Amino acid sequence: MKRTSEQVTRLLVAIFLVGIVAFPVVAWARTTLIHASMAETGGWSPDVIRGNLGQPLHLRFTSDDVMHGFAVGQMDMQAVDIEPGKVSEVTLSFDKPGIYTFYCTRWCGMNHWRMRGTIEISDASEAPTQGSNLEIPLFVSLGLNLDAPHPAEAWPASKPSAQRGMELIQGADIDTYSSTYQSTSPAGMFEKLSTSGWSESQRWDAVAAIWQTNTSTEGLAEGRRLFAQNCAACHGENGDGNGVFAGQLEAAGMASGQGMAGSQDMRMTRPADLTRPDLLGASPALLQGKLLRGGMGTGMPMWGSIFTDEQLWNLVAYLYSFHYEP
Amino acid sequence: MRKLELTRSPFIKKALKSRIPQLIVLVVMLTGFIFAILAGSTGSRVGSQNFGIVFVWIAWWAVLILVAVPFFGRGWCGVCPIPVVGDWLQRGAILDPAARKPKWLKLRVPGRLRNMWIQNLSFTLVALFSSVILTIPLVTSVVLAAMLFLAIGLSMIFERRAFCRYLCPVGGFIGLYSQTSPLELRIKEKKVCARCEGKPCYNGSDLGSGCPWDVFPGGLSKNTYCGLCLECIRTCPHDNIAVNLRPFSEDLASPSGKLDEAFKAFIMLAAAMIYAFVLMGSNGAVKLAAFSIFSPEWFLYAASFLTVMFILLPGTFWLAVQAGNYKLPVTGKRFASASTALIPLGLMFWVAFSLSFVMTNATYIAAVLSDPLGLGWNLFGTAAITWQPLFTAWVLPAQTLVLVGGLFWSARTAWKTSQQVNINPIPVIGLCLLVTVLMLGLLL
Repeated sequence: MKRTSEQVTRLLVAIFLVGIVAFPVVAWARTTLIHASMAETGGWSPDVIRGNLGQPLHLRFTSDDVMHGFAVGQMDMQAVDIEPGKVSEVTLSFDKPGIYTFYCTRWCGMNHWRMRGTIEISDASEAPTQGSNLEIPLFVSLGLNLDAPHPAEAWPASKPSAQRGMELIQGADIDTYSSTYQSTSPAGMFEKLSTSGWSESQRWDAVAAIWQTNTSTEGLAEGRRLFAQNCAACHGENGDGNGVFAGQLEAAGMASGQGMAGSQDMRMTRPADLTRPDLLGASPALLQGKLLRGGMGTGMPMWGSIFTDEQLWNLVAYLYSFHYEP
Repeated sequence: MRKLELTRSPFIKKALKSRIPQLIVLVVMLTGFIFAILAGSTGSRVGSQNFGIVFVWIAWWAVLILVAVPFFGRGWCGVCPIPVVGDWLQRGAILDPAARKPKWLKLRVPGRLRNMWIQNLSFTLVALFSSVILTIPLVTSVVLAAMLFLAIGLSMIFERRAFCRYLCPVGGFIGLYSQTSPLELRIKEKKVCARCEGKPCYNGSDLGSGCPWDVFPGGLSKNTYCGLCLECIRTCPHDNIAVNLRPFSEDLASPSGKLDEAFKAFIMLAAAMIYAFVLMGSNGAVKLAAFSIFSPEWFLYAASFLTVMFILLPGTFWLAVQAGNYKLPVTGKRFASASTALIPLGLMFWVAFSLSFVMTNATYIAAVLSDPLGLGWNLFGTAAITWQPLFTAWVLPAQTLVLVGGLFWSARTAWKTSQQVNINPIPVIGLCLLVTVLMLGLLL
């Protein structure tokens, strides 16, 4: 009798303990979570997500450290906040196959911009292709060297006024076409206007006006929003290169010792001061190229797979607003 | 009547003699413990959202230090899940008594190690790395699993509960502070034990195992090493073992005079103050140093930690004892006996520290209960509960009351002890006052 009670107890305890081990293990194995952690400790895990065209892609996220955010580049969607230890969900649908880039939308740390991953949407009948812009970028067709210095030969004594410039260029024979605007730096445009007979300050006003005719209030507003969300952490809210991570980036670059001596020392550097006159030596195509491609090791991320073409041009237009009065 | 024998109640006696109620509690505890290990390794990597961290270091700690130790002494040890599996394997049974022929090595722990020194070391190590253990779920998981497997391994090698008695980092201080608790297990009649043949309470019989804690109940005069496993109640053929309610801190009336126990008191008192400074304070640099294991800053932190624990506090106490009677040399026994005064003070320091620690973090318990594995569940509708400290208006007055009460309790103990060791208690009481003021400053 006693032995029977012992045997029954053993059986019950064994069942109970096996159950308590099996329960979390099975629950854990059956639930797919995408873990977000700061880039220094791994970034997204997994960082490659696969889905099928025509089928909703349901994603569940959790953060392992600080607040992160999730958004897919070039997709019109509300970013999803991912709180530490909590689970956030989103369902996405894709209308064409390809490789999409997802990224963190919160300033989670110095290497926040490295928090990227890809979503591969396949069509049963086709192989995945790059989902972002496949056209040849303008800087390539113009043969621009993105890494070469672009000093401005001239710069205004005070902020040029686009409004005053508009009055000047109305009726004048000035090329305001977007192709000219995109391929010519403001300093270059200033030089082109040397035959106009206008004073230097008037020529700068005209340059500002050409800029304004190639953008819009809405475009500048979007550029401002994109800059505040994605660029200000490093370049500073006012574009002066003093963002919250600026010092850390510079220190990390100095400490890394990974500089590649040459025409450009490609290590993480202090973010560029966009309010300096050099910016006026860069054409919109050059700036768009830098945004599109990134800084190649300097710490400047590539945004080509994140922003649409329109967003890139709006952002470029906004960068010039540090130098012009509308 | 100074004591109330609880086992006079037929209901309580039956409940304690039967193995079933204790077994049910043990299995539930073991389940929770194993779940905490698994949750620590598979659940949320955020400490405040992980079942392992929240249930072990917040919920269990609150129950242990605020309720179990002050009121039930070693009551926790009676239902602790860590040695259970080793116990079952050692006995070769869950309900039945141990097999006559030992299944394992059943070695005796060497005499030199039969004291609290290893427990002092194990607690110090855990305390030194606590900033990491208490916050990183995987580390908590590994530490808990290591304790479980160590307990099992030692059960295979040594007789009885070597892990609980000599290694468990928690068991040491529970034993020390259990001397203050109003619950005790004692024999009823000494002469019955003297005449008892075979001493089944220590050696075991068909009714149950010999004392797993290596204590002969007939000689039991303190709670320190009685794990309240209740085996002796089951094996005593003369119904001579009782569980009593008694006044608080009765065991402190006769100091043990052992240095290992004295150092346990110093370690615990110092650790409570260091924790209050590091974990509750607003000093970010110290927190970072404590967390940055093996960095130069951490070594500085560790050196300061150990200096306070093993040199500064014991050294100051030695001076206080010497000042209490400068004509007598401070022998180890006098020093250790006088340190009894620090036992109630240390316990109250831990209660005060734990009040703010637990009340600050208690809301995490509700959130984790609904989503224990961090998979996005909401079992009880509390997963989204936002963090907020509880009873903020009451915590500070309660802490002050506890610390001041602890000071008076210690002063009273020092007064009584001083007569036995022939010293003036004023310097020791003065030192107790000094550290209490310091602790008040750290917590308030």
